[in-house]
Amino acid sequence: MLRAFINAITSLKLTIVCLVAGMALIFAGTIAQVHVGIWEAQQRYFQSWFVWWPGEGSGFRIPIFPGGHFIGGVLLINLIAAHAKRFQWNWRKLGIHLTHAGLIIMLAGGLFTDLFAVESHMRLNIGDTKNFSEDPRRMEMAVIETSDPEFDQVTAIPEAVLRRGGTIEHSSLPFRITVRNFYQNSRLKMASEAGAGLKPIANQGPGAQVVVEPVPRATGVNDRDLVTAAIEIITPEGSRGTWLVSDALGAPQTFSAGGRTWQLAMRPARYYKPYSVTLQKFTHEKYPGTEIPKNFASRITLIDEDKAVNRNVLVYMNHPLRYRGDTYYQAGFEQDDRTSILQVVRNPSFLAPYVACIVVAAGLLVQFGYHLVGFSRRRRALPA
Amino acid sequence: MKRYFPWLALLFAGAWILAALIPPRQRSDGPDLVSFGKLPVLVGGRIKPFDTVARNSLLIIHGKQTVALNNGETISAIQWLADLVFNPAVADGYPVFVIQNAEVLGLFGWEQSDRKYFSFNELSPFLRQIDEQGEQSDKLESVQRSAYQSAVLNLRNALILCQKLKNSLRPEDAHDFSRELATYAAAIAPAAEAASQREKGQTFDKSKLEAVATFMDRYETIANQAYMLTVPSPAGPQWQPVGAVLMEALRTDEIHPVVQAYAQIGDAYQAGNYRAFSEQVTKLQNWFAKDQERATKRAAFEFFFNHVDPFTHSMYLYVLAFLFACGSWLGWSRPLNRAAFYLLLLSLAVHTFGLVSRMYLQERPPVTNLYSSAIFIGWGAVIVSLILERIFRDGIGAACAGAIGFITLIIAHHLAGSGDTLEMLQAVLDTNIWLATHVVAITTGYSAMFLAGMLAMIYIVRGVFTPSLKKETADSLSRMTYGVVCFATLFSFVGTVLGGIWADQSWGRFWGWDPKENGAVLIVLWCAVILHARWGGFVRQRGLMIMAIFGNIVTSFSWFGVNMLGVGLHSYGFMQKAFPWLCGFIASQLALIVVAAMPLDRWRSFQISASSPRKDRGAELKFIPPELAAETTGE
Repeated sequence: MLRAFINAITSLKLTIVCLVAGMALIFAGTIAQVHVGIWEAQQRYFQSWFVWWPGEGSGFRIPIFPGGHFIGGVLLINLIAAHAKRFQWNWRKLGIHLTHAGLIIMLAGGLFTDLFAVESHMRLNIGDTKNFSEDPRRMEMAVIETSDPEFDQVTAIPEAVLRRGGTIEHSSLPFRITVRNFYQNSRLKMASEAGAGLKPIANQGPGAQVVVEPVPRATGVNDRDLVTAAIEIITPEGSRGTWLVSDALGAPQTFSAGGRTWQLAMRPARYYKPYSVTLQKFTHEKYPGTEIPKNFASRITLIDEDKAVNRNVLVYMNHPLRYRGDTYYQAGFEQDDRTSILQVVRNPSFLAPYVACIVVAAGLLVQFGYHLVGFSRRRRALPA
Repeated sequence: MKRYFPWLALLFAGAWILAALIPPRQRSDGPDLVSFGKLPVLVGGRIKPFDTVARNSLLIIHGKQTVALNNGETISAIQWLADLVFNPAVADGYPVFVIQNAEVLGLFGWEQSDRKYFSFNELSPFLRQIDEQGEQSDKLESVQRSAYQSAVLNLRNALILCQKLKNSLRPEDAHDFSRELATYAAAIAPAAEAASQREKGQTFDKSKLEAVATFMDRYETIANQAYMLTVPSPAGPQWQPVGAVLMEALRTDEIHPVVQAYAQIGDAYQAGNYRAFSEQVTKLQNWFAKDQERATKRAAFEFFFNHVDPFTHSMYLYVLAFLFACGSWLGWSRPLNRAAFYLLLLSLAVHTFGLVSRMYLQERPPVTNLYSSAIFIGWGAVIVSLILERIFRDGIGAACAGAIGFITLIIAHHLAGSGDTLEMLQAVLDTNIWLATHVVAITTGYSAMFLAGMLAMIYIVRGVFTPSLKKETADSLSRMTYGVVCFATLFSFVGTVLGGIWADQSWGRFWGWDPKENGAVLIVLWCAVILHARWGGFVRQRGLMIMAIFGNIVTSFSWFGVNMLGVGLHSYGFMQKAFPWLCGFIASQLALIVVAAMPLDRWRSFQISASSPRKDRGAELKFIPPELAAETTGE
């Protein structure tokens, strides 16, 4: 039994099956991008254990194909197991060993990246200084205490916690927060314009004049969900009312509790940095006489008091800034070139592909070179 | 004859190529359009000669690089452009606009007939209609447009391009533009005086201000419409259109010599005074040679490159070589084989000249867009095939070289329809290191995949339909295919990973599941499947061939198919037109796979004559090469 299992898990047939299944998955995942967009297709096909049918909805769903993690995982196990079982040191096999060792590094690195890499954006107007980046795909509800004139104390409640509902307590907050309603994607309307049947849930702040309509999740590449929640603030003295928090409501809403002033805002999740970045200048060059972009560049000032760093940096196409584990890339621009968008990536395993590439290429060269030499030797041995 | 045939073939082909290298000569009684065609202008961010602008514009508008007039005469692109910019009244009568869509014709109340080219004069009553219809379809994504919508939008864009060209050197209604400029120049100083008088509150002559204002309106209109930037600015790479320079003259009180020269050139052309035209062109050419030395040299070289047309020439040579190589399997094999090899060397030389010229003109590594990838794939595959031919000397490498060279150049030819193939690169692509490594490795991988597929096709076609697939040929085909797949694996893998590293450098994401990336990894995976299936002994010769043919499908999907999806970061060219061709290609490959899957005794090469003893049959069917058999047991 165990032997049969070991044979199966180390077999070359399994490798081929995995490779072919991987091809089918990648093909399907590529075609699917036309309809559901690149991000959604990636989630469904590649960053999943199974591909489910139907693709969305919470109802009855069946797995129809192994997903990227499944196939990649089996391939990785197969690769390691086969080599562990059959490994024998031999110069003839050097190429093969190198190639597969490189592949193991690459697959493991890919898995690591999937698990631990964080991508976020930093959106800067000219002159802005920020010490945080934002995740455009995840929201958080920030409860900000503004009493201290020196700094704000922020308690951020992630979208996922709001989605679970119930009551939220935190040591930094002198009150409890009860989630009354949560909408993954929504549309807001003024209560006066909405038809009968829809009533405002909130009774405090500008949200009291607004009704919320739930809508299906956004699927387009550039579409985003408009996350909205209705929350009730309960102090030890009793309820202070219900607020509506949504990105669409604009400015933070203010209330007081425990003798202090608080603000409420739904905003993209933030990652704070131990340093700050200021945008000095953004340039958008075009080729003369055309609209074809030639270069985008942001001149930023990096200030890090811990490390006594205060310097100007130019971030431009293909020339990112790497600093303290974060990498800043020029990603886009807005508002007639007055806003620069930097992509901020934290990827602890970014070196894996570089190493893997060198190892595999060396392995393939050795292996095929060995074949080629053998082949030409045999040919030379033949009578002309 | 047998001995001399290859040399004779080379001699004729060489003479044909040499003839193409002779610079064009201008008819003595006509305008010197050769010199005019070499003058540099800036279009699309790049300095190029008028000749290139003329060819590319005509390709966009007309679909061809020459115009057949209604009187049976054929005119060149540069003559069309000269007429268009200097003598629009004549050019408006040329049938250049292509309309094939019946619904678009119906828009004008015309029935579909044999005619597909129409002149500006014929279309002029419907301009407003075309503009409205085109504007509506412009709002849609290209994937969403119907055939009618695409056709009417193309027509609108062609008319706009024409309009812009007409107003690039002078207003389209200008007659005796030199005199107009003189009047304008004379009016500047009095107008300036009047303006300063007005500022001081003194009495001033209003008509003097108005005289200049009329000119300014006129020049602003052409400045906004200009397609070509024809006047180099003394301070740096920014060239300007004639209109803008004329507006600036108000400040400098001086009309730029290049503008004046073009005015005189145009006036002479319009008046039919070709001698004056040629003299003025030569004068301007000398001015450019002194003031813009580099630009002038480059433009002149590009003119020569356009004239030589290397890719068309090598395309014909590839076909001829392919035919010779195939012929060599049927008989007269040595001389034909030799001839094919010599022709291929010549053709490769011409192909290389074209490739290197493009690199010089663009100052880039060889592959920058889909067009150049086709050129490069052909080039790479031809070189590898020639090496195979050198080793095996059986005509197979030569046939592959001829076929792939020809097909890729045909594909390139059809990809050139969208205008300048030396276009400027988007910001993220503006890096020679990655273009030279990632892109070259990936396209070399494509080359090798197509070559492996081609070898497999030869194996199957010769095996199934002819009796010519002997054991030795089959063995060497199998070895070649295996070797080429190894080569493809190496390059596809390295290219794909380098692409990932590039992405990591520019977006911070090694792998983004972008369609083009997925296409590349499909090739790598398929190569891995082929190699493992062979090492594991799951496939032998025929299986290897079938898999190599499937590799053609995978590669064509990766090269073209993913671009048709219209999504992702690499969608630098959505090609609706190529879709049926891609489907046809895939269908043909599937058909070949089915043919190859037929039982071996249906293959003509393996049919045993009735007289041969039965027991031999098995021996002849199973020719596993010894080298393969050894490896099968080795793993």
